[in-house]
Amino acid sequence: MTSGTRATPPELTPALAGSARRRLAAALHRRPRLRLGLLLAGPAGWLVIAYLGSLAILFLNAGWSRDPFTGLVHRDWTLANFGQLVTNPLYRTVALRTVGMAIAVTVTCALLAFPIAYYMARVASPRVRGLLVVAVLMPLWSSYLIKAYSWRQILSNDGVLNWALSPLGIHGPGLNEVGLWLVLTYLWLPYMILPVFAGLERIPTSLLEASADLGGRGLMTFRRVILPLVFPALVAGSIFTFSLTLGDYIAPSLITTTQFIGNVILANFGVPNLPLAATLSLVPLVIVTIYLLIARRLGAFEAL
Amino acid sequence: MTGGAVGRALLRIATGAVLFFMYAPLALVIIYAFSDTGTSAWPPTSLSLKWLELAVANTGLRDAFLTSIAVALGATAIALVLGSLAALAVARHAFFGREVVSFVLIFPIALPGIVTGMALSTTFATVGLPLGVLAIIVGHATFCIVLVYNNVLARLRRTAASQEEASSDLGADSWQSFRFITLPAVRSAMLAGALLAFALSFDEVIVTIFVAGGVKTLPIWIFQSFRLANQVSLVNVAGLVAILLSVVPVYIATRLTRDTGAIGRT
Repeated sequence: MTSGTRATPPELTPALAGSARRRLAAALHRRPRLRLGLLLAGPAGWLVIAYLGSLAILFLNAGWSRDPFTGLVHRDWTLANFGQLVTNPLYRTVALRTVGMAIAVTVTCALLAFPIAYYMARVASPRVRGLLVVAVLMPLWSSYLIKAYSWRQILSNDGVLNWALSPLGIHGPGLNEVGLWLVLTYLWLPYMILPVFAGLERIPTSLLEASADLGGRGLMTFRRVILPLVFPALVAGSIFTFSLTLGDYIAPSLITTTQFIGNVILANFGVPNLPLAATLSLVPLVIVTIYLLIARRLGAFEAL
Repeated sequence: MTGGAVGRALLRIATGAVLFFMYAPLALVIIYAFSDTGTSAWPPTSLSLKWLELAVANTGLRDAFLTSIAVALGATAIALVLGSLAALAVARHAFFGREVVSFVLIFPIALPGIVTGMALSTTFATVGLPLGVLAIIVGHATFCIVLVYNNVLARLRRTAASQEEASSDLGADSWQSFRFITLPAVRSAMLAGALLAFALSFDEVIVTIFVAGGVKTLPIWIFQSFRLANQVSLVNVAGLVAILLSVVPVYIATRLTRDTGAIGRT
C-alpha cells in the first residue's frame, strides 16, 4: 500500500471480484497511480481553480484600470497602478506603518509568549500542561470580532482600564496606535505561544543537563542552547503574528482612525477602484510570501 | 534553567499574568452581555437579562445566526472531503511534489485573509458569478481544508500502514481496507478537523466581508452593529453566542486528538 510498487498477484483477486464495486476496488488496488490520482484530483483541483486561479485573476486585475468618468474597467494590462503604488507617498507611508506595526506586534508576542511557553513545556506537571494548552487554545478560537470589540470597550474613555488605573493617577493608552499595538498583541499571542511551547517541549533534557555539566549557568544555557533550538518555532509563530497583522483591517478600524494597508484596500474595493484595490492587496501578498520563503529556510515549517 | 525556586516562582507569576491578559477581555464580554446600561461605561450599575431577551427576539440576528450555521456546515463538508482525500494521498503514497501539497494547503491560512478575500471577490466579479452564500462557502472551505488535512495526516502517520497491508494480504480489497481499517483509525481525527473547520468558518469575517455581497453572517451582523446605536448593546450577547459556538467545538476537538496534539490553526 505504501508506494504502489507492489501489485497484488492476479490469481488472488478473482475470488473477490463479485460485484461491480469489488471489481472497481480491485482495479484500483492494482493501479496505485490511478488511486492516487483520484485521491488528489479533488483537493488539487479545488486549490488550483478556487485559490491559485483566484490569485492569478487578482494579479490580472491589478494591471487593469478603472476609467474615473465612465466607471468602466479597461482590460488592458499596464503597470500604471504599480507606478501609483511606488510614487504616491500616501501608500508608501501606509505600507511602512503596517509593516512597522507587524514587527512591533511580533516582537511583543514573542517576549510575552516565551515565559508561559517555557513554564508549560518544562516546569508544569503533565496534568497542568494539558490544562494550560487548552487554556491557550480557547481564547485563540474565540470570536475574533468580539475580542477586538471587547478591547474597544476596555480602552474607551469611561472603560474598565481607565477605571482601574485612575487610583494610580494614570491613564490607559486610549483608542490610538498604542492601543492597537496592545490589541493586536492580545489577538495573536496564542498563535505564538503554541509553536514556542511545542519547540521548547522538543528540546531533550539531556542537552540542558550537558550544558549545566559543562558549567553553563542559567543565562548561558538559555542563550547558547535553548534560544538556538527554539528559534525555528519562534519564526513559525511569527508567520502568524506578522501575516495576521498585515491583513487586518477590522481591529485598526475599531481601535484607531489611522489607515493601515487593509483599510486602504477595503476603501478601494468594489465600486471605488477594484483594480487599485487588487494592486494594493499584492503588497501584503508579496511581503508574506517573502517572509514565508525566509521562514522555510530557517526551518520554521518543521516547527509548525 | 529549570532549577531555582525564584526562577520557577517568576515563571509562575508570568504565566498567571499572561492568562489574566488572555481571559479578562473574554470575561468582560460576559459581564457586558448582562450589564443593564448596554454601554462600555465601567463599572456596570446593575445586571439584567434584557439584552438576552432583545437578542432572542431580534429577527436580523436570528437570520444571521442561521446563515452562519448553514455556511459553516457547507464549508465544513467540503473541507472534510477534500482535506481527508489529500491526507490519504500524502500519507500513503510517495509521489513527485508531495511536499508541495502541504505548502499549498497552508498558503490560504498563512496569507493574510484580505488577500484571499480580494482574490475571490475579484474572481467572482471577473467571471461574472454573483457574490453571496455560495461565494462565502467557497472562501471558507479553501482555508478550512488544511485543518482537516493536518488532523487526519497526523493520525495516519501514527497508524502503521502495515495494518492496511495485512488487511489486503488477508484478501480485503481497497474499499474494504479503507472501510474497516483506515476509516476507524482516522474517524475521530476527521471529526476533530471538521469541528475546527466549523469553528473557524463560524467565526470568519475578514474574507467573508469581501465575498458576502449583501448576505449577513453572524460576524457581519456583529460588525455592522458596531455602528448602529439600537443594535450595539446586543453585540455582547451575540458575541457570547459566537464565542460558545467556536469554543465548544474546539474543546471537543482537543479531547478527540490528545494523541497527536495536531490542534493549532495550522
